[in-house]
Amino acid sequence: MASKESVPLAVQLSGIVKRFPGVVANDGVSLIVARGEIHCLLGENGAGKTTLMRILYGLYQPDDGEIFLHGKPIRIPSPRAALDHRIGMVHQHFHLVPTLSVEENIVLGLSEGTGPFLRFKKTRQKLRRLADEYGLDVDPTAKIWQLTVGQQQRVEILKALYRDADILIMDEPTSVLTPQEVDALFGTLRTLVEAGLTIIFITHKLDEVMEISNRVTVLRKGKAVATVNTDESSKAELARLMVGREVVFRVEKKPPQLGEKILHVEDLHALNDRGLPALRGMSFDLSGGEILGVAGVSGNGQHELSEVLTGLRKATKGKAILGAHDLTQCSARTIADLGVAHVPTERIRVGTVPSMSVRENLILKSYRSREFCKWSILDERAAHENACRAIKEYEISAPHDGTPVGNLSGGNIQRLVLARELSGSPKFVVAAHPTYGLDVGATEQVRVVLLAQRDRGAGILLISEDLDEVFQISDRVLVIYEGQVMGIVRAEEANLEEIGLMMAGSYRQAVAE
Amino acid sequence: MIKTPAWIQIERRPSPSGWTVFAISVVAILLALIVAGLFFQFYGVSALRAYGDIIKGAFGSRLGLTETVRRMIPLLVIGVGLTVAFRALFWNIGAEGQLLMGAVVASGIALFSGLPDPLLIPAMFLGAFAAGALWGIGPAILKAKLGINDVITTLMLNYVAIYVVHWLILGPWKGPTMRGFPYTDKFPTAAFLPMLGGTRIHLPTLAIGLAGALVLYFVVKKTRVGFEIRVVGENPDAAKYAGISQTKITVLAMVISGGLAGVAGVGEVAGVHHMLLNPSSIALSYGYTAIIVAWLARRNPLAVILTSFLFGVIMRGGDVIKISLGLPFQLVNVFNGLILFFLIGSEVLIRYRIRFGTVKETS
Amino acid sequence: MSWESWLISTISRTLAYGTPLLLATLGEIYAERSGVLNLGVEGMMIVGALTGFAVAGKTGNPWLGVLAAGVVSGVFSLIHAFASVTLRANQVVSGLALTMLGLGLSGVIGRAYEGRPLMNTLDEISIPLLEKIPVLGPAIFQDQSPLVYVGIVMAILLWFVLFKTRIGISIRAVGEDPATADSLGINVSRVRYLCVMVGGVLAGIAGAYLSVAYRPSWTDGMTAGMGWIVIALTIFAFWNPISGMFGAYFFAALFVLSFRLQAWLSPELLKAMPYLLAIVVLIVVSRGTLQKRMGAPSALSLPYTRGED
Repeated sequence: MASKESVPLAVQLSGIVKRFPGVVANDGVSLIVARGEIHCLLGENGAGKTTLMRILYGLYQPDDGEIFLHGKPIRIPSPRAALDHRIGMVHQHFHLVPTLSVEENIVLGLSEGTGPFLRFKKTRQKLRRLADEYGLDVDPTAKIWQLTVGQQQRVEILKALYRDADILIMDEPTSVLTPQEVDALFGTLRTLVEAGLTIIFITHKLDEVMEISNRVTVLRKGKAVATVNTDESSKAELARLMVGREVVFRVEKKPPQLGEKILHVEDLHALNDRGLPALRGMSFDLSGGEILGVAGVSGNGQHELSEVLTGLRKATKGKAILGAHDLTQCSARTIADLGVAHVPTERIRVGTVPSMSVRENLILKSYRSREFCKWSILDERAAHENACRAIKEYEISAPHDGTPVGNLSGGNIQRLVLARELSGSPKFVVAAHPTYGLDVGATEQVRVVLLAQRDRGAGILLISEDLDEVFQISDRVLVIYEGQVMGIVRAEEANLEEIGLMMAGSYRQAVAE
Repeated sequence: MIKTPAWIQIERRPSPSGWTVFAISVVAILLALIVAGLFFQFYGVSALRAYGDIIKGAFGSRLGLTETVRRMIPLLVIGVGLTVAFRALFWNIGAEGQLLMGAVVASGIALFSGLPDPLLIPAMFLGAFAAGALWGIGPAILKAKLGINDVITTLMLNYVAIYVVHWLILGPWKGPTMRGFPYTDKFPTAAFLPMLGGTRIHLPTLAIGLAGALVLYFVVKKTRVGFEIRVVGENPDAAKYAGISQTKITVLAMVISGGLAGVAGVGEVAGVHHMLLNPSSIALSYGYTAIIVAWLARRNPLAVILTSFLFGVIMRGGDVIKISLGLPFQLVNVFNGLILFFLIGSEVLIRYRIRFGTVKETS
Repeated sequence: MSWESWLISTISRTLAYGTPLLLATLGEIYAERSGVLNLGVEGMMIVGALTGFAVAGKTGNPWLGVLAAGVVSGVFSLIHAFASVTLRANQVVSGLALTMLGLGLSGVIGRAYEGRPLMNTLDEISIPLLEKIPVLGPAIFQDQSPLVYVGIVMAILLWFVLFKTRIGISIRAVGEDPATADSLGINVSRVRYLCVMVGGVLAGIAGAYLSVAYRPSWTDGMTAGMGWIVIALTIFAFWNPISGMFGAYFFAALFVLSFRLQAWLSPELLKAMPYLLAIVVLIVVSRGTLQKRMGAPSALSLPYTRGED
């Protein structure tokens, strides 16, 4: 580990372990941050970056390990304690009350001065001083909802500085900013460091690491794999460290029998829930009998892509042609009737009704069909037989078909969703994170099922953050970054370094096939 | 950071069984009755005697039993409809107003339509259903299209309906034969609902309530539209995912719920009073009490038959105690309020397991 | 009656009738600003009315009656706070239950006080000098209950607290974004309990105003639906105490005029206006940004559980 011995340490984390039900988010992570540096934490989603920093900020308690601040061991039971230790954090989703003004947000929860009355005069003086010193100009009387996202972020930084933070954690601060705002932010961060602050910067974007950091620690699957001096490293090396594994083919995969082209997506645009552009002109094709994997760091438009293609979100521009229909003009129901299956990202919250039975959940989309519904009355026997079939075929482990789905395990719920979605021999399958959170056995089974669908002739769009999975079962891999197609490569010809660079937005393939 | 309060710990319970729910509900009601009993004692009335009087008054005689059923009818009819609204996640607090609008339209038809006698009663029921449904659809559309709080809109419309009735009975519809009292004229006898021999049980309304309970139970459990209502109510996100229109379902649920409340209004004006009169004499908070009825029935239309009977007993109890112990009818509200609070408490027991203990860090 | 005296008495009656609406609305604004919808206003008011009447009668001191009404209704409101904050129960149901319980208890206990006169009522006062102003003097500053002025002072005071003090910021933050408030060390439950209690105390005083000042007597159900107008008013006032004051007087004016304009206009129509206006306001503010600007608390009626982002 390359640490600068001569520089005093700001933060030292040693052997931090944090477990959540079913996952080890941090598996003995050690991290050393020197005073006055900008230290990047780089890693894919789920690598444990944010968890580690939430521990430092007192939001989580570690299951094991120690925290040292300026060389002294400390405990951080709450964010308040973190602030008392002069540690501030700017979250990815801002902790600001939109209807309050800037200065009200800044003094919220503080107990400075005497009595219940506010001394906005003093607050404003201090804010003005901070704003002048660090170039963080915001109107203190403006309401948060009137500000741009970039300005809101400035308020968050001011809030930390107002509380005298000297260690500032920034969690993916650029993900919500425009390029111009990113430049301004970087300028601010440099000024802060010159003034003696220490900054820990969480990101998955290689360009940012290269531009802003002094040192970088790469996390992968809950472990710190390396800490390097930025100017002694390269994007290529960091990409390899971040992705860091050879592609292993474990699932038996026959060569694809490509059918005709079933889906043609052209210049697709859509907004996310906050009304910001999420898809910015995506174009690609998909044939029957093929799996197109979508690789990318989460939050780059994958979720919106799956929703637009299944009628759950409106496209703002572009088209997605399936047969004779443009999916962007169809309702969710029409699309389902066209033979499009959708394994949704949040399978419990969106894909099932937990309080309803296995039997009923299995007909959630086909309850109107003649098979299950005659003269507006549901045919329970048909539903029961359907359930028995699905339970047997997909090995869903449930006491009986009347059990509420909420009582099943995650793997069984996913089997149920797959059984339902794949039951009508769909033409086109959108599978979002189909193995997320499943154990090894269930994962393997889901992959086998998807491959069987492909061999049957369905076209499958597989969205996953698990690169192993994407490479194991896809025929082609599309890399998505900020709602754009960075490139499409054949899975077996993929070059990991190249994929890593594309995922981080540093490299764009010239022509997509 | 994630600490629950020191003395109480709450964790989510997986879907509880029907028996658990039933047992918890019964315990909640018993506890409410015990607390009400303590109130009696504190007030210098023997709780045992009070409850004895209520039971005797409600079940002890033919008159008692039939009066209990009379009280039960509007609660049954409204409560059955409310189960559907609540299932579709629509907070219909406006049954009181929907009932009054049903009463208004039924009275209008009875007094002024000039329809031939045999058509009069069917027209009154249809008109009242339509009026109640219309009074309910407005809030449904406002919620589905603009996301406006259903509780507030339905609640506010109750008072609008009250003033509509006041306006009618003091103004345009004031009965010339009523010597200045704020009533309409008496309905023609053809508009009187048929009664169960010698009692005040108006049969058509009771029949609609019972049939409604059966039909809606069947609709919710066994039909396509019932399936859609349940999906929307249990998980709106999954409904969207399955391509079910929430607007359509919300409006449909409110047509049923509002319409049935309107029908209850026919029962009160054409079965009990035979005229349109002061809204507080017509509605008697049936619309609010029915919320407890539907809530206690856990949104099951069949169970409403049972729960509406229970509250019929309580209302009858109010009548009885008024006479035997000289306590005001308002006592009914004490029962209702207490039962509701204990039910809320029991709801927590059903959704969560509660453990008492010390602080524990969770994540 | 001359035009001038007609105007004076209309304004004077409006202030008198608007005061209980104002007091209770200020309380509901606080509860809702902290994120708790309390539909129990009617119940808390009637409990206050009975308490005020009973204590004023027993002690002979109407001010003690008002004080006791505030205390008792404040404690009574804790039932709702416990159900909605601690048990995270449905606030609609809990509020309705509070109203039923209040109406029931007051109806039963109040039976003994029905028809009794109150010897020592809260006397009306006139404000020296100000009462001499032409028209406005007699309309506003002559022969009004002291609680009328208490209401006005409270409106200004509570506006100041809500918008200009640390505690006000905490209240608004808790009603808007409890998770953020919590992460900055604000005790969400404590703030909500406090605000529900402010609502209870003020509703109690509003009730006592009715029974010891406005119409010194006790009758069952004497609040006559005022508590529901308060729910409408809170929305109509965009959750702002000063607007709440003007809104209360506006609704009161509709009520007073509904009697005075009977010859020309249906009084029922005017009386239904507050409820219709509340719905209109909801429609107008249903657009997101406008809603924010207008003050509707985002977390209204949502129980808060830590760790649910």
